[in-house]
Amino acid sequence: MNVLIYLVPMALGLGLAGLFAFLWALKNGQYSDVDGAALRVLSDDDVEK
Amino acid sequence: MTETLDLSLYAKPAGAGTLGMELAVEGVACGGCIARVEGAVKNLPGVKEARLNFTNRRLHVTWADGTVEPAQILEALEANGYPAHPFVPLRAEQEEAATARQLTRCMAVAGFAAMNIMLLSVSVWSGNVTDITPETRDFFHWASALIALPAAAYAGRPFFVSAWRALKSRALNMDVPISLGVILALGMSLVETANHAEHAYFDSAIMLLFFLLVGRTLDHAMRRKTRAIAGNLAALKADTARRFAGDELVSVPVAALKAGDRLLIKPGERVPADGTVLGGTSEIDESLITGETARRPVTSGAVIYAGSMNYSGALILRVTAAGGAALIDEIEKLLEKAASAKSRVMRLADRASRVYAPVVHLTAALTFAGWLLAGAPLHDAVVTAIAVLIITCPCALALAIPAVQVVASGALFRAGIILNAGETIERLAQVDTIIFDKTGTLTLPEPRVVNVASLDPDLLQKAARLASSSRHPLAVALSREAITRKPFNGAIEEPGRGVRALVDGVEARLGSAEFCGIVHPSCSESDLSRIWFAHGARAISIAIAQKLRPDAVNVIRALAARGLDLRILSGDRDEAVEPVARALGIARWQGCLKPAEKISCIETLKANGRQVLMVGDGLNDAPSLAVANVSLSPISAADVTQAHADAVFLGERLAPVVDAVVIARRAHALMKQNLWLAAIYNAIAVPVAIAGAVTPLIAALAMSGSSLLVTLNALRGRRP
Repeated sequence: MNVLIYLVPMALGLGLAGLFAFLWALKNGQYSDVDGAALRVLSDDDVEK
Repeated sequence: MTETLDLSLYAKPAGAGTLGMELAVEGVACGGCIARVEGAVKNLPGVKEARLNFTNRRLHVTWADGTVEPAQILEALEANGYPAHPFVPLRAEQEEAATARQLTRCMAVAGFAAMNIMLLSVSVWSGNVTDITPETRDFFHWASALIALPAAAYAGRPFFVSAWRALKSRALNMDVPISLGVILALGMSLVETANHAEHAYFDSAIMLLFFLLVGRTLDHAMRRKTRAIAGNLAALKADTARRFAGDELVSVPVAALKAGDRLLIKPGERVPADGTVLGGTSEIDESLITGETARRPVTSGAVIYAGSMNYSGALILRVTAAGGAALIDEIEKLLEKAASAKSRVMRLADRASRVYAPVVHLTAALTFAGWLLAGAPLHDAVVTAIAVLIITCPCALALAIPAVQVVASGALFRAGIILNAGETIERLAQVDTIIFDKTGTLTLPEPRVVNVASLDPDLLQKAARLASSSRHPLAVALSREAITRKPFNGAIEEPGRGVRALVDGVEARLGSAEFCGIVHPSCSESDLSRIWFAHGARAISIAIAQKLRPDAVNVIRALAARGLDLRILSGDRDEAVEPVARALGIARWQGCLKPAEKISCIETLKANGRQVLMVGDGLNDAPSLAVANVSLSPISAADVTQAHADAVFLGERLAPVVDAVVIARRAHALMKQNLWLAAIYNAIAVPVAIAGAVTPLIAALAMSGSSLLVTLNALRGRRP
């Protein structure tokens, strides 16, 4: 069962990484305009003509 | 005299020599609009950034100071077909945004912790019935503690703070038993873990926090959404005023007006601020303030109030109170009195928690005493008592009402009703008497042509197109009948008389009888205003008056069918109220009422045990709205009135009043069902806990099961 000594912290570390990714996205305003993001992805004004 | 628009009030420094401004944009409907709106603004020289938030229809613009005038940005948007209105976000809205962010962060932390602790707990539970070694179990429990304690300290703050505040003021709210349950569960688990015990309740405590935070976050998100829409509508309504700067006229937003400013008010405009007339004569329509539909002549020295409509002539006004800050004294005094009476209403959730919290704490204490008396060791008695607290932790109870509120306010929002406060739903559900104001509530806020059927359609269309060249209120009312809004070329307005233009080579005139060359027929109908239209030899007389909202008759019938007692209390004359009451089939009506008389009518009804819903829009209704059990006002209402209404409804139709009552009644039924569900759950779970048979597994199942049940039941309120 010694494998748990590093498997449990690893699981926690991965979870924490996810948590910080979410908090970063929140702080960055990724959730402030959810409807707009869905529509912006369709516009191709960034494509060179 | 030139006219410039000065919007410097709204431009805020945005760092490094740039200015920023927030705009509410109209007409944004699809994905293509995003690029067009942003493109229109970005093309202006000096604009650094333009970003449209599609969710709340707001545009944020920043530009280098001194390169662009804010008015140019509005012009560019207007030219592209997107009228925009600058606004300063309300303080309440910003505070709510901060709370919402904090709640979301707390929810994320609690969710992360709940997932990881559950991962460890499930291993322990399955290990306990198979072959887990005590060392591994201890390791898992310590790992759980390591996650749970900091997570609870962070994510539990909203509950701890609120509970502490309640306790400090010697009150109990739902957060007190929640906080106590969480803290005791964590503390006991820590002690048990140190003693190598088989059970720890870290998962229950964190899961409880997570479920409750999900509920609160959703509640907040809903409230923020409606608040944003309300903010946009306020920006759309905000007008500009023409202010004299020396001899020049400058258009400024009404919010920038100060006492002492001199303003020019043209015919067809609303008076933007309270003030004294310095020059000019006109007639003003004060129906938004007093409910009176007959116009009042004003001249130098007259005092007029914000919200009045200027009819016939230009006025020069000295502002005495900007933004309608000073109301008519009488109304202000009545409002103060009314507002203090309202705070006594008790919310269903508070009532439930007032009963619930002492019962739970008493049960836990009795369990503890009972086990001690039965000869159990102190440790066992404490553990069982705490298990009772954990299992009764009011997860379902705390979700029961907010979950329904979220769903119901969503349904109300789709029906065109914006709530000012969450508990409005409960009060709306109990309504048995509805009092309507007449002017602007049962009738449309603006006058309409009432004799369309008897007029020659061709002449009416020509008249309506000609009317669109004038801003006189009667002409504006007439122009609403036009199919094509394009004005005729070369239309000339003669102030105070009418408009004329060449139509199909023949002169057409719209205006007073003499202006159109018609011998004035001797009729003086008190509630009708007439304008005449002559095209060559043909002429028509167009009657304009207050008109009922298009669905008023059906709505009144639907409300009566639901057993509601309907009445009209109006500030207008009896002769004007009577036909409306008759058309709608409302037997109980009163006219000529002063605000104080309206209040005493409502208070008499309340004293007789009636639950009164007041629907009104005028400034004279504001005190009645505050005094009634619950109140609604149309979006066209005076600002002060809207602020005192519990909810505001959009659009021309009266149907939202029925929807509000129907949705609120169903929501209230669901709330009660949910409270019963929570009570039944406790009735089953508490005896098990008192018997000392609760394991962490049972606690987790019971908690999530009951929360899920309550939430699913709340979702039944979705359909309107």
